[in-house]
Amino acid sequence: MKIVVCIKQVPDTAEVRLDPKTNTLIRDGVPSIINHDDKTGLEAALRIREQVGGSVTVVCMGPPQADVALREALAMGCDEAVLVSGREFGGSDTYATATILGATLRKIGFDLVITGRQAIDGDTAQVGPQIAEQLGIPQVSYAEGVEVQGDSLVVKRQFEDQYHLLKVKTPCLITALSELAEPRYMSVGGIVDAYNKEVKILGFDDLKDDLNPAWIGLAGSPTNVRQSFTKQAKTSGTVLSGLSADEAVDAIMAKLIERHII
Amino acid sequence: MSKDIFVAIEQRAGMVQKVSIELLGEARRLAAELNEQVVAVLMGSGVAGLSDMLCHYGADKVLVVDHPVLEHYTTEPYAKAMTHVIHTYDPDIVLFGATSIGRDLAPRVAGRVHTGLTADCTSLAIEEESKLLLMTRPAFGGNIMATIVCKDYRPQMATVRPGVMPLPEKDESRTGEVELVDAGLSMSDMNVEILEINRNEKKSVDITEAKILVSGGRGVGGPEGYQPLRELADVLGGEVSASRVAVDSGWIEKDRQVGQTGKTVRPNLYIACGISGAIQHQAGMEGSEYIVAINLDEGAPMMKLADLGVVGDLSVIVPKLTEAIKAYRAKQAV
Repeated sequence: MKIVVCIKQVPDTAEVRLDPKTNTLIRDGVPSIINHDDKTGLEAALRIREQVGGSVTVVCMGPPQADVALREALAMGCDEAVLVSGREFGGSDTYATATILGATLRKIGFDLVITGRQAIDGDTAQVGPQIAEQLGIPQVSYAEGVEVQGDSLVVKRQFEDQYHLLKVKTPCLITALSELAEPRYMSVGGIVDAYNKEVKILGFDDLKDDLNPAWIGLAGSPTNVRQSFTKQAKTSGTVLSGLSADEAVDAIMAKLIERHII
Repeated sequence: MSKDIFVAIEQRAGMVQKVSIELLGEARRLAAELNEQVVAVLMGSGVAGLSDMLCHYGADKVLVVDHPVLEHYTTEPYAKAMTHVIHTYDPDIVLFGATSIGRDLAPRVAGRVHTGLTADCTSLAIEEESKLLLMTRPAFGGNIMATIVCKDYRPQMATVRPGVMPLPEKDESRTGEVELVDAGLSMSDMNVEILEINRNEKKSVDITEAKILVSGGRGVGGPEGYQPLRELADVLGGEVSASRVAVDSGWIEKDRQVGQTGKTVRPNLYIACGISGAIQHQAGMEGSEYIVAINLDEGAPMMKLADLGVVGDLSVIVPKLTEAIKAYRAKQAV
């Protein structure tokens, strides 16, 4: 089975802080990581390969620096790595990203495509389903379990209040929840190998015959960011310090009574 | 010309989900500004009986796509039905709940009709001059907000976070037109096979329904630290909720988590006990009407957000507060 896993390199948002003076994001020194759900997808792919054979190709669209993320995936045990990179691709929204990755996947071939459910910087969860639409294949999103049965997969698909066990024929796409598989660590041998392997680079010229150039990048994206802003801190309430516990309770009680809560 | 605001109604086993009602209310508000109508798109099997209720909550018209293949949610039949509706009726705006179904269906549909989709919006507005839909959503884990527009493609599509828009009032005198739509569906549209449906047996608590939440974070110290919070929630008739760190530490169940990766809540009273107030947590509770924070650290961000912040030891203050409320009630009862 040829499995292709799409990953995204993201800033570790847990490390992102706001500058209290300017109220802007401090991005300096924030590490770039493989998006967690995507790493789960890598692990799931490696386990399927261990079970039924085949290969795992990792694909990442991003700037040249995303090479690091691909090397990490190789060190986890992926067979091949593809960097999709080009200035024409910059500023793509989810539709345009799926257009580019769809073209990439058609070019390299696949039986199964795995993406993470969503990336921690954008949190949209849209690129996976939109790639599936570009490729015209079934999708199962929110996968928390997957098992291969012949040319089909049995996927445990999570909903808020239930789960479904779905059987889907390959070729298909699944989006991975973090519950799907705990990612393995890179092995020492894997790290050495990872730097000896070639990361294949696909640019605009490699993909242009397979996509509509008017539908990619900033100009080709249906959605655009009108503005971004940090949230206005609301006017401060009252902060009481140096009170005894009884005084603190009295202060809270006074407010609960005043607001007719009790 | 594209017109009207369509709401994809999400029903599960014939139960309309709360977020769909919230969206009808929001669509009503936007429709007034655009002088357009609110159209509910109801997809399912044997669901036409829900139409009146959708009109009571604000729909001017209900389009019903009723077919056995839509009995349980799977992507392709629903995507086909919704795409048919969009191609036939040419809506200006289509709204979906940002649930595990809406977030599966909406991107597939947006891809098929080739338009833009904005995920997980927390606020919608109409720009006065352009009449464009301004779709605002958190990004970077809630650290920044972005307002997105879709200028050149129709419909303008968004998924909207459950619990963010207020529930509209039900008006049983409201009526609307109901139209059955033949979307050309067949059983063979289903390209996955449902082997098993398993509803979670444990009845999950819906903290988004609670009017009062007593919420605990790192400062609670461990699973046993939730007992006094539970007692306080009980006397107030509320529920207990938690921050991410408490859930990740296994102190309390995941379905009680408030925040960017948990639930969005807007209770009348939110008592934050030992919660420092990371921006991701604030994203899930800043819509609360009144916020009380109890924390040892005066510098915690939650203290800034709170209407009333009390610096002190929650393990002492919370039980005393519970007793004080009981005593107050006893006195009132006499």
